[in-house]
Amino acid sequence: MSLLDVKNLVVEFPNRHGVLRAIDDISFSIAPGEILGVVGESGAGKSLTGASIIGLLEPPGRVSSGEIWLEGQRIDNLPYEEMRKVRGRRIGAIFQDPLTSLNPLYSVGRQLIETILTHLPVSHQEARKRAIDLLKDTGISAAEQRIEHYPHQFSGGMRQRVVIALALAAEPQLIVADEPTTALDVSIQAQIITLLKTICKKRGAAVMLITHDMGVIAETCDRVAVMYAGRIAEIGPVNAVINHSAHPYTTGLMGCIPDMSEDRERLHQINGSMPRLNAIPAGCAFNPRCERVFERCYQERPDLFPAGPTEAACWLHAGGGSKNEVGGVAA
Amino acid sequence: MLAFIIRRLAQAVIVMFCVALVAFMLFQYVGDPVSQVLGQDATAEQIREARDALGLNNSIFVQFWHFLSNAAQGEFGFSLRQGSKVSTLIAERFPATLELALSAAVLALSLGIPMGVYAALKRGSFSSQVLMTVSLLGVSLPTFLIGIVLILIFAVNLNWFPSFGRGEVTRLGWWTTGFLTAKGWHHLVLPATTLAIFQLTLIMRLVRAEMLEVLRTDYIKFARARGLTNRAVHFGHALKNTLVPVMTISGLQIGGLIAFAIITETVFQWPGMGLLFIQAVSFADIPVMAAYLCLIALIFVIINLIVDLLYFAVDPRLRVEKPGGH
Amino acid sequence: MFARGNAAYPKDSIQLTGFTVKSLYKKIYDSDVGYSFITSPTAILAAVIAFVCIFCALFAPWVAPHNPFDLASLELGNARLPPAWYPEGSGRFPLGTDDQGRDILSTLMYGARISLVVGLASVCLSVIFGVSMGLLAGFLGGWVDSLLMRMCDVMLSFPAILIALLIAGVGRALFPNAHGALAFGVLIVSISLVGWVQYARTVRGSTLVERNKEYVQAARVTGVAPLRIMRRHVLPNVLGPVLVLSTIQVATAIITEATLSFLGVGAPPTSPSLGTLIRIGNDYLFSGEWWITIFPGAMLVLIALSVNLLGDWLRDALNPRLR
Repeated sequence: MSLLDVKNLVVEFPNRHGVLRAIDDISFSIAPGEILGVVGESGAGKSLTGASIIGLLEPPGRVSSGEIWLEGQRIDNLPYEEMRKVRGRRIGAIFQDPLTSLNPLYSVGRQLIETILTHLPVSHQEARKRAIDLLKDTGISAAEQRIEHYPHQFSGGMRQRVVIALALAAEPQLIVADEPTTALDVSIQAQIITLLKTICKKRGAAVMLITHDMGVIAETCDRVAVMYAGRIAEIGPVNAVINHSAHPYTTGLMGCIPDMSEDRERLHQINGSMPRLNAIPAGCAFNPRCERVFERCYQERPDLFPAGPTEAACWLHAGGGSKNEVGGVAA
Repeated sequence: MLAFIIRRLAQAVIVMFCVALVAFMLFQYVGDPVSQVLGQDATAEQIREARDALGLNNSIFVQFWHFLSNAAQGEFGFSLRQGSKVSTLIAERFPATLELALSAAVLALSLGIPMGVYAALKRGSFSSQVLMTVSLLGVSLPTFLIGIVLILIFAVNLNWFPSFGRGEVTRLGWWTTGFLTAKGWHHLVLPATTLAIFQLTLIMRLVRAEMLEVLRTDYIKFARARGLTNRAVHFGHALKNTLVPVMTISGLQIGGLIAFAIITETVFQWPGMGLLFIQAVSFADIPVMAAYLCLIALIFVIINLIVDLLYFAVDPRLRVEKPGGH
Repeated sequence: MFARGNAAYPKDSIQLTGFTVKSLYKKIYDSDVGYSFITSPTAILAAVIAFVCIFCALFAPWVAPHNPFDLASLELGNARLPPAWYPEGSGRFPLGTDDQGRDILSTLMYGARISLVVGLASVCLSVIFGVSMGLLAGFLGGWVDSLLMRMCDVMLSFPAILIALLIAGVGRALFPNAHGALAFGVLIVSISLVGWVQYARTVRGSTLVERNKEYVQAARVTGVAPLRIMRRHVLPNVLGPVLVLSTIQVATAIITEATLSFLGVGAPPTSPSLGTLIRIGNDYLFSGEWWITIFPGAMLVLIALSVNLLGDWLRDALNPRLR
């Protein structure tokens, strides 16, 4: 059984000009212990997906339809107090900027112990011991002393390690990591990504890794979902998506990454840009920019069709021009 | 940290120096003490003698030095209006103002902070809208008008509280306090409320604005994402982060209280320094004005210093050195 | 002004010349600020009240039923009449009369006029002085900047009322026989001298931000005069906050002036502002003639409140983060 099941999720932002659909009917699932990457351009809806899963969508945004299931229990319609117990304990979160993620007035240890005590029925001493172990696991040396230190006494990379420790403190089964390395130096990025991967594997936690960096995806993830204009364009095992991409958008993305062995005069580009939320074209959202577009692409929106090792929302793989109701995600 | 204290002390001294300079200028160039004392038709001889006696024929630096050394000892000469020593006058009036200001401060803080927190947490609800509109009213009402209305309702019509004076006071050394008698408290209610209302609304709006800012930060979002209870998020994290800047700003507001006391004392005829100052201004009683100025500046400088130290004590970012970390 | 028909409103292609009231309304409605105003009942109410007050005040000589300063028209027999809804009151004096037989309603309007003129004048002065100081400090930097900021810090930590009192008091002592324009001049100067600091700070902040932007640096490198840069790039960016500040400052200035007048160092009784009127009326509070002081007070509050409400609404409307 899958750990997380997202079914036909729709997230909307009503404003005085109308209703903006930021996420338009996406479905995917994450298996226990698996690392799923969610990649896409800015504005594609990646962070919003993460926010809806942990239940922290900023108003006026709201989940207007669809379901989110965690281990066979529906979580998108839980009252606030119930969802609060899920957050931290069963789903952890990591955000982009380690500088602002930690409360500057409290020591790192206090924030860790507070999180542990909120969710786990342990004593204060036990919580403190666990906190120190967590810090050690995330690679912070001299943990017994540094547990009393304040966030500003850590450098950027160390702070993100503390954030990871905090996210794992209550032993969740799923971590939603929203661009965890974007704000860090390139040299530190690799360390943090490796840390995330090893520590989650070690604790058996699944990860939903949201990023716009394909390199990170390639190194870390088991599967990847490519998002475009609030929809999933392609989803599948990471090697397959990268090397045998089925959706023209994904192919375009991969083509954009320059290869050292190639001799090229111009960088490959995908013409045009991602449409704004209030001007998404009818049919397939990618049709204005697609090189392989045809009649049907302008008329109907494609579901996810199996296309070899991956699934792609593209009419090219619909199998004989008829619309198969295959949608669906491997459970 | 020591460097910080020394730097602040040096700044304080500079400010006091400037204020003393201003006060000295007042003495020198505003009004003529000689004609005040001798009257209009004095002979040239008398004028020269008087100026000698007052030391006015010395060089300006010598005069300034005299002024400074006298001021440091609290010696400002004699009041032009009342003839008694300025220092005595001020010492008489100081306790009244201080007690009034303190009571108003306690009232404003103890009501303003909870109201501000409530308005921030329950943002958008009807009660918080009401609170905000009422607070706007508080800011639009000048203090003296509040005093007048309170007098009209509670003193003239309902006759619940007296409307002027301090009531019975007990003498403790050179200090006179109204806190030890029931009548003293009775007389304190209306003036303290008047003085407190403006500060209360300011504090409430400040707390609300700060708290709303804090609630938008990433670390609060992260705290929620970790599943901390609402109580922990609001009162453990958000409140503490809100109170740090609020506390320091409020500390500076206390100084404002002492100044606003001028108005309140005028309305209620409260025998404090403010009333003394107003009477001095109307009369152009320079020695009293100068002395009041220097005293107020001293109080402000001390309050600023305390507030700075408080900031130091509460915000760990200022306290601890930033080490490396790799 | 012209607007191309766009996707949302394809039918309203408005041509280059001539725009109708309807299209103007649509433009306002479409803009965020305009929409925010039209849908906010408090803002509209506040604007109406402020407008009425300002209108009465500015056009007092034509709007007021009597001229309270025409000594010939005063009759002591009319003195201390209560408002019209009391049995002893008269319809001629809807809000009653004071101890000299002056109609309260008229004195209100004349008084409001003085209060408003002083308030607006001091804010204008504050804005001009403060914005220039801020631009200078931000642009020149160095010791000019530090000195200015120190000064601002010190001035901000002293309460405004004290400084205004001091200046007014000193003015009094220096010019003991000042009447008319000089007295008002001192009053206006004393109020504006405490208000300029906020503008200087805000403008300095914006100037510093803009100064470090690449396009400004490019302009300097190519030899564009600093004044031109300040005018074209910095000024538009600070207009929003300065506008909000000014609105709130007008209310503050009016209240400060009223306070100074109440304390006896503001507008003189010969041309009384609302504060002076309240002061005069205060003496009659205990003898039961409350209207002499309360009505001027109410007018003061009405003006200050409506202006404050407008300023509050403006700040929220112009704040991009709250939209």
